[in-house]
Amino acid sequence: MPEQPEIRKGVIRRFLDMSPDSAPKTVFVAVALCLVASMIVSATAVALRPLQEVNALKDKQVNILQVAGIYQPGEDVADAFAAFETHVLDLETGQFTDKFDPAEFDDQAAADDPQTSVELEDDPAGIGRQARYVTVYVLRNDSGAVDKVILPLHGYGLWSTLYGYIAIENDGNTIYGLQFYDHAETPGLGAEVDNPRWKALWRGKKLADEDGDLQITVAKTPPAAGQEYHVDALSGATLTSRGVDSLVRFWLGERGYAPFLENLKAGDI
Amino acid sequence: MAQTRRTLLIDPLVDNNPITLQVLGICSALAVTSSLKVSMVMAIAVTLVTAFSSMFISVLRNQIPGSIRIIVQMVIIASLVIVVDQVLKAYAYDISKTLSVFVGLIITNCIVMGRAEAFAMKNPPIESFIDGVGNGLGYGLILMLVGTVRELLGAGSLFGVTILQTVNNGGWYVPNGLLLLPPSAFFVIGLLIWGFRTWKPAQVEKREFRIQTVEAH
Repeated sequence: MPEQPEIRKGVIRRFLDMSPDSAPKTVFVAVALCLVASMIVSATAVALRPLQEVNALKDKQVNILQVAGIYQPGEDVADAFAAFETHVLDLETGQFTDKFDPAEFDDQAAADDPQTSVELEDDPAGIGRQARYVTVYVLRNDSGAVDKVILPLHGYGLWSTLYGYIAIENDGNTIYGLQFYDHAETPGLGAEVDNPRWKALWRGKKLADEDGDLQITVAKTPPAAGQEYHVDALSGATLTSRGVDSLVRFWLGERGYAPFLENLKAGDI
Repeated sequence: MAQTRRTLLIDPLVDNNPITLQVLGICSALAVTSSLKVSMVMAIAVTLVTAFSSMFISVLRNQIPGSIRIIVQMVIIASLVIVVDQVLKAYAYDISKTLSVFVGLIITNCIVMGRAEAFAMKNPPIESFIDGVGNGLGYGLILMLVGTVRELLGAGSLFGVTILQTVNNGGWYVPNGLLLLPPSAFFVIGLLIWGFRTWKPAQVEKREFRIQTVEAH
């Protein structure tokens, strides 16, 4: 390297020439790197969020199509989704409400807003606040009668809140399918809630017995009520299974969709 | 050995392949190779992360304090991985769901860390970048080979296009379900290593010890 002319070095130059192992430099490099890295990461996350939200919505629609058993891979999701009627349901009365526009209604916001939600004292599903209004989807057959209803449910598992849909047949008592679209349970154990073979166990199970008591349960051993109310728990995922059991029983019970299912049975929907 | 830019790129493909010779990065190679499409996305992701992390680390190599160099490398690699993960979620949502945790686990992929520590800390940025691309491609090559075998024999298709009509769909091919499970990748990678070392005997490792022959008296 040629002889450096005698000029006063600037602060930056002197800093760069410092030994990398000196304490001030170590601290500076660590702080500067973290700042730059966090800016890059957050800039990417913010810039790509709109696209990710579109994808998440599409994924949600695919899940609704799947739980209703009418998903055809490759077809246009938005077109297929048009087969559903979207309604906002008043949980208390079990009737659809016109207070909100289903296209605009945001379930998450409704659950956060004190005007439209209640704080749960007794909270088996671990959801904190429950919205009084939820978006539900109705699939009608060719003659206009209800074929299936798709109801959202969520609740706490082991690590995360599981968000999913349950499809109920038009008798208001038979499960057609259950599917979770968002959760962060342990891969290989709790995440087996996504296993098609486990999901298939739900088809044809009954919710309540002849007396109208809710009997459906996720458990290791069949309940006294009988096999048709029993879904085998996931092995190695006791807490996730318990979570699914609680959330299904909560959402299909009196504080959930029971009034709506009564109306469905009566043919009022 | 003179390392021209060309050899930096070509060497890791066969002669110095990170998976078959160095046996690094096996974990993700087992997990994501059940279909070719996912293997390809993973290969691209790892190549990009290895190349750019090597380049950035190389740019900073004279400024990185020795005492925190691994953490500095990790921060750079982790940031790149998060960027890749976000891009995948935005543009390839289905694949990002299949890859799930394995994109995040690129951070701990030995190949990325290995190249950063072994090469990028001592070499200029452009060479480091090429070295990263080369190693990423070497990893990708094996991933694609394993993915081809597993998807073709396990599901009768390549890139989701049916090649062997399976019995379930009214064809003649009985798919081998084992090949869709992670352990099968062990067998396939083992066979690949065997094949590579038969083709290039220089890759065979020396025995760590040799049993003495006892002379008869």
